Amino acid sequence: MELAHPARSPSGVLRNRDLFDWLYALALVAGAGLALVRYGAFMDIYDDLILLLHVPVLIAIGWYWKPFRSFLAAVAGLSLASIWLYQGDLARAEQVFFLKYLISSQTAIMWMSALYFMATGAYWLGLLARSEFGEKTGSTLVWIGTAMGTAGLFARWYESYLVGPEIGHIPISNLYEVFVLFSLITALLYLYYELRYGTRRMGAFVMVVISAAVAFLLWYAFSRGAHEIQPLIPALQSYWMKVHVPTNFIGYGAFALSAMVGVAYLLVERGILASRLPAPRVLEDVMYKAIAIGFAFFTIATILGALWAAEAWGTYWQWDPKETWALIVWLNYAAWLHMRLTKGLRGTMLAWWAVVGLLVTTFAFLGVNMFLSGLHSYGNL
Amino acid sequence: MQRSTSKGLFELFSSMRFAISLLTVLAIASVIGTVVKQNEPFNAYLNQFGPFWFPIFEKLGLYAVYNAGWFLVILAFLVLSTGLCIARQTAPMLREMRGFREHAREVSLRQFAHQAELPGGLPLGEQQARVAAYLAQQGFKARSDQREDGVLLAAKQGSASRAGYFLAHGAIVLICLGGLLDGNLPLKVQMWLGGKQTTGGNQLIADIPESARLGEDNRSYRGNVFIPEGRAANVAVVSLDDGILIQELPFTISLKKFHIDHYENGMPKRFASDIIVTDDATGESFEHTIEVNRPLEYRGVTMYQSSFDDGGSLLKIAGRNLAAGSQAPVLEIEGRVGETLQLNHPRFNYALELTGFTPFNVEDMGEGARAAEGAEGFTRHLGSGARATDDGRELRNIGPSFTFKLRDEAGQAREFKNYMLPIEQGGRWYLYTGTRATQAEAFRFLRLPVDDDGSIDTWFALRDIVFDPARRDELARRFAHTSFGDGEDTAELRKRLIETAVNTLMLFGEKGYESIGTFIEKGVPQAERERAADVFVKILQGLVWEAWQMTREQTGQAPLAIDEPRAAYLRDAIAALSDSLFYEAPLFMQLTGYEQVQASVLQVTRSPGKPLVYIGSLLLVLGVFAMLYIRERRLFVLLKHDGNGLVTLSSNRKAIDVDETFERHAAALRGLLDPAAPAPEATPRGQ
Ligand code: HEM
Repeated sequence: MELAHPARSPSGVLRNRDLFDWLYALALVAGAGLALVRYGAFMDIYDDLILLLHVPVLIAIGWYWKPFRSFLAAVAGLSLASIWLYQGDLARAEQVFFLKYLISSQTAIMWMSALYFMATGAYWLGLLARSEFGEKTGSTLVWIGTAMGTAGLFARWYESYLVGPEIGHIPISNLYEVFVLFSLITALLYLYYELRYGTRRMGAFVMVVISAAVAFLLWYAFSRGAHEIQPLIPALQSYWMKVHVPTNFIGYGAFALSAMVGVAYLLVERGILASRLPAPRVLEDVMYKAIAIGFAFFTIATILGALWAAEAWGTYWQWDPKETWALIVWLNYAAWLHMRLTKGLRGTMLAWWAVVGLLVTTFAFLGVNMFLSGLHSYGNL
Repeated sequence: MQRSTSKGLFELFSSMRFAISLLTVLAIASVIGTVVKQNEPFNAYLNQFGPFWFPIFEKLGLYAVYNAGWFLVILAFLVLSTGLCIARQTAPMLREMRGFREHAREVSLRQFAHQAELPGGLPLGEQQARVAAYLAQQGFKARSDQREDGVLLAAKQGSASRAGYFLAHGAIVLICLGGLLDGNLPLKVQMWLGGKQTTGGNQLIADIPESARLGEDNRSYRGNVFIPEGRAANVAVVSLDDGILIQELPFTISLKKFHIDHYENGMPKRFASDIIVTDDATGESFEHTIEVNRPLEYRGVTMYQSSFDDGGSLLKIAGRNLAAGSQAPVLEIEGRVGETLQLNHPRFNYALELTGFTPFNVEDMGEGARAAEGAEGFTRHLGSGARATDDGRELRNIGPSFTFKLRDEAGQAREFKNYMLPIEQGGRWYLYTGTRATQAEAFRFLRLPVDDDGSIDTWFALRDIVFDPARRDELARRFAHTSFGDGEDTAELRKRLIETAVNTLMLFGEKGYESIGTFIEKGVPQAERERAADVFVKILQGLVWEAWQMTREQTGQAPLAIDEPRAAYLRDAIAALSDSLFYEAPLFMQLTGYEQVQASVLQVTRSPGKPLVYIGSLLLVLGVFAMLYIRERRLFVLLKHDGNGLVTLSSNRKAIDVDETFERHAAALRGLLDPAAPAPEATPRGQ
């Protein structure tokens, strides 16, 4: 098994850059600069800060994880094309061919959904038929689907301002939007591990949970009309939302990924697909890495949520069902990490625990909104 | 013996297994409070669980789980266990962080999972120099130990990972302590030490005894301040268990105006209170606007826009008698929301409790989406995320509504919600009134059709005639007359129709359509039921139509000719007559006018634990990232005068990248020490 070795010493980081790396960095700096100069008047100090922070973070990700550079370039291209085609007129979504059938937000999200379903099929084909071609196709489809979905969210962001300047907001404010976000983040995390561990064999499993999310998303849009852009209620009009929600979904996405890898682990252990899937120690390692990153981000997300609650509701913690379930999820994975540290508790037990963890996480994410009432009012089904 | 027990306990509490169990138990215990709704009035629980379980659950503290003794004990165990864990780990961890273990013996190095032989051949000094240079370049700190058969270079990196342990686990203790300061406990301790006691909720603030008042020196509280527009308040209400306490504030808040802005689609856009804060000590005052997500802090107290309510709007109400057959005059009532009025009427001894008023009600009055199928259905979901224009939804403001309760002499109350203006549905207009017996139910609506003038007078006039036993015969006679004329030849038919009509009115007067249905089910064979029902409906329609003409005659208006809109009105009127028999109120209350007064509810808090919690949170994040992402690695390179060397690696976490790191270092070192290799300057850095 071949693992990618990123450069370690600081000087090495700069020395080992290729031309594309520098172009990528330059494009990010130029893009941010342009945004600041042209739209600075519309942004407050937080917007400026977040924009500036994005530059080094995205550069670091792209340098460390090469395919991300092309991905980001594609997303930027698609999003800008969408905005350019709109020319400030929402009705053009119905009139312009490329908007209607490619890069208006809904269409792009439909493309994402279709590509993810196809990718799931391709990965399974690849796994069962031991076809490298199938696996490669799967990965390509996930990349394209993710680019489409991300561009779709950006287009949606823009469209929300076309609906009305006072209605415009970042598209992470209701259950529909966060389901798109969840699918995208889980897919990106998976793609990262795919390269890092040099195996595409886990795709068949991870894409199952993404497909389930997409199926829910489609049902939600088709039967409930949930895809419509809605204005923000007062409680959501806060800067904290913009940081709290994405952080949270890195957590959810990583936990979902670890659970699916856990399923693969349990199968391999029973000899099912054992010759086709990666070795148990690889699966166990991915599971740990995913839970670690999920736990770290979930910790931040919960804290950001508490800071937000302190501002909106007057208390950083008041045992609202959503908060309480976030704590339960967090304690659950804290326990998981400790379990792994104690010798002897490994493997099967941890894999089962990760799978059960997904049930707990899903309840915190969806079940609380469906079955329990509380202050987290968005996204009742 | 004693010593060993306490030592055993110490080991248990500070052990990882205990930590895992605690985290799990705490997670499970937390579930309870999300299943049982917290901090509701005790009456609600009594209803929900019944008289047997209610006291048991109360004893268990299930109505305020997170403040229950047992829950706090679990939390205390977490703090204790984490504290002991830190205490126990401090010495060894510090030793680990500082030390290099350069005295490790070869036998113990040979126990390591990661080890590889290194080639000999170069002079020891040269070997040592090359390895030292390599370690430094790879970011290791190293120390060497000369021994008889050679030298051990003990190197390490990522020791900060251990600092992460102290940060994260110390943070948990901090956060729990901070949370404790901001929770209910300080209040409970004060009550216990200061002899304070909660009191009932429904009394005037001025009447609340000293024993239920908390002074300005209280440092930790969370309460609500209710201020109607144009009024002021300087105390907050703190709810505890099933009672309240009054918290005095060091300033007075007056509400100038409360704002609710809406988006076009009726969703709320902004809640804001224009307030004036006046310092009680200095008399200074200033204006400020508090909004959701934009609190105000003053003199250590933070004020938040928490909710809003009616501040005592003035309602003008016309009460119309629903008792059958009465032609009682309309009752004029005036009162403010929040007041209880005694209905001064010889016929009813009811208390009217005015509970709420809403000036706008935005509802979806559309018919629902036209079902689109196949490709068309799909393409409708392409395009922008803006709302489709033909989705069948139609949001409309249907005007003011108010809620009230009617309580009879026995203390039984029903709740009502009445709309002020007629509401259109399917081209026809109705006045809606909803009723329910308990808060848990949804309102069941009765809709009264309005006549051409937009009023419900006609319907009430119809009702007076149709349900009046004294006028049954007259109505039936007129109906028979209209149906068959005056002729001798139809006398027999008329007589039979009158009989049927009187029976129908009697039946209908009992329970409306329901009694007619029961009658048919009992007396008519299955095959003929449908036809019989038809006949009843026709007769009813004829009767009510006749009643309508009678009402017009009484007021000197010309008779009407039947047409489709009037036939539709007739059907609606009969349906409403039937439903009104289940309305369970002596009066129909119609809102005729209002003056709105709003009130804002601000939450005021003092939370002394907040800084601790925030600092703890920061440390927690730093600690977690340090533990998870700073990788502690120790590399031991044993070089010998004669023969082969040894390299081993240890790490405090098991993961594949540890194997990978080891392979990389081992390969690099083998290359470096290979006598045939070029000079070390040529070794690539980084990779
Ligand atoms: C809410 C409570 C706790 C949280 C969130 C927490 C979190 C963590 C995390 C994230 C790690 C790193 C795991 C890894 O690297 O895989 C860790 C390690 C550890 N925890 Fe906890 N912990 C908690 C409570 C406790 C308690 C109560 C104990 C002791 C009884 C404990 C003992 C340890 C120890 C000994 C380590 C290993 C440290 C090392 O080797 O560097 N933890 N903890």
